[in-house]
Amino acid sequence: MDWVTIISTTVKAAVGVETVLYALAAIGINVHFGYTGLLNFGQAAFMAVAGYGLAVTVTVLGLPFWVGIGVGLLAAVLLAVILGIPTLRLRADYLAIVTIAAAEIIRLIFRSVAFKDVFGGSDGQRGFSEGFYALNPFPEGDYGFGWFTFNNRVTWVLFVGWILIALSCLIVYLLMKSPWGRVLKAIREDEDAVRALGKNVFSYKMQSLILGGVIGALGGFIYGLAFASVQPDIFGTETTFFAYTIVILGGAARVLGPVVGSMIFWVLLVLVNGILSGAVEAGYLPFMAPTQVGPVRFLLVGIGLILLLVYRPQGIFGDKREIAIDAR
Amino acid sequence: MHADSTAGTVTATTERKAAALAAFKDLARDPGVPKPDPILVVDKVVRRFGGLTAVEVEHVEIQRGSITALIGPNGAGKTTFFNQLTGFDTADAGEWTFNGRPMNGVPAHKVARAGMVRTFQLTKALSRLTVMENMRLGAQQQKGESFFRALLPNLWRGQEDEITERAEDLLTRFKLAAKRDDFAGALSGGQRKLLEMARALMVQPELVMLDEPMAGVNPALTQSLLGHVKDLREQGMTVLFVEHDMDMVRDISDWVIVMAQGAVIAEGPPDTIMSDPRVIDAYLGAHHDAPLSETELQEQLHEAEAELEAEIEEETQK
Repeated sequence: MDWVTIISTTVKAAVGVETVLYALAAIGINVHFGYTGLLNFGQAAFMAVAGYGLAVTVTVLGLPFWVGIGVGLLAAVLLAVILGIPTLRLRADYLAIVTIAAAEIIRLIFRSVAFKDVFGGSDGQRGFSEGFYALNPFPEGDYGFGWFTFNNRVTWVLFVGWILIALSCLIVYLLMKSPWGRVLKAIREDEDAVRALGKNVFSYKMQSLILGGVIGALGGFIYGLAFASVQPDIFGTETTFFAYTIVILGGAARVLGPVVGSMIFWVLLVLVNGILSGAVEAGYLPFMAPTQVGPVRFLLVGIGLILLLVYRPQGIFGDKREIAIDAR
Repeated sequence: MHADSTAGTVTATTERKAAALAAFKDLARDPGVPKPDPILVVDKVVRRFGGLTAVEVEHVEIQRGSITALIGPNGAGKTTFFNQLTGFDTADAGEWTFNGRPMNGVPAHKVARAGMVRTFQLTKALSRLTVMENMRLGAQQQKGESFFRALLPNLWRGQEDEITERAEDLLTRFKLAAKRDDFAGALSGGQRKLLEMARALMVQPELVMLDEPMAGVNPALTQSLLGHVKDLREQGMTVLFVEHDMDMVRDISDWVIVMAQGAVIAEGPPDTIMSDPRVIDAYLGAHHDAPLSETELQEQLHEAEAELEAEIEEETQK
């Protein structure tokens, strides 16, 4: 087994592209679920409309990169408004049902044969990221130190990605310290009490849905730009559930929870994957085929998460005192 | 000096109570009787759930500056009526004005902003917020509650300090100051009721509507809660409350409105209302104390004898 490779890829995963894009998606979910109590099960759709908004604007319409970013953000805001208007006046569970269905509808539209000319069917779209890499200030070559060494393209993506994470965390931190965030947290506890105190609950829930959706959309951009392509099946329901897992792992309603959660989640996945593949290759696990490594790593990480929920339900950063209080 | 000011408040106290009582002095005891200075006027409010008419109030007025109790047997529609008035449920028909301003169809948060604030039968403490955060939430027109201004703490910090100061005063008055940094979910049932009332006062309402303020409160706290409710009137607020405990109603209310089967059936001062025949009927049934006639007595006797015989027969057959 090549331990050096296993360890170095694992360490790289702590700051890698997946960590960045899932951290952004999870920061959005944390705003929705952690702070406001909104069960948005369609975060993948916010990422998808952003990624495709950028891709289609640049490749199909031939417009510049920045216009694509604008279209992607606008699409995320619109999606939040469209999902929110019918469901935010109803009980929390309705939002969950509608968002999970809407996310699947959007994914199926993107991969449909009827719109193949626009969205590219199941192959998706590619060739829209030149505008982004044209802005790359890092000349050709490798950057970083030790195991954290990346080529100039990846360095540029990670540089922008971590700036976006830092900005998102700063905004969430400022907001949740403010009276605005107080209203959100109060809505999570009991909407009717907040209404009785003269706050427009619907408006706040909508603002929360838009904010979290837009932060999730940044994750969609990072995906599209890092891999220079978007495919519909990347934005399936499991993407949303990974984001939820990350939020709970890190600790819900904690500013840095999703970031650390995402780092741990991907480090674990990559580490388990590396060890299993190495062991199978070296013949230590004769009962396993190399193709079984992928599913088994999720299984093992899943067991780990269940143990975490049993022994540390508040996540890494959570407050045990808070969890002990019954929600009502 | 100190004694003087105490004496001053005592006279003011009696004045408020006396003023409220004077307003009610010569009123008729009919449902919907007009009051001298109503803050809330309700006309023909109807709420049906399928075939059941939960509320059908013809006309009712609430006197400003008084403590009015709304009583009635279980299922009389008191809470439903509360929900209509505060915008938590939509009435099928009817209109009502608060300070002369029409309020039907106004959403709950705007009702609260207008100065009509309610509490709930099942206390709604915001569990995972601290007591202080609960209080701060009640303040109105906060600059920091708008998304963009929230990002710039300098714009709202001054106001936040004022709010905190006001909240601290209220918490001291409600003896919750020691709990200010505890989670509201860690308070006892009675303390939650106190917190909910204090939080409602942060809104600076004109009319406070309390839905069963004494439900589930231990007797030791009842007196303190009663004191706080009376205090609301002393500060010039109007109180409308739903309650089952007649001792409490008699103790603190200036006027009592009785509901039964969705309608207002009687009004009157608290010391005589329970002897009103319409109220007794509503609580105990129309014929609960009517004497039995001779034939009825005979019938009952026969029934009892027949039952006994049947029982004896059963025993012997075994």
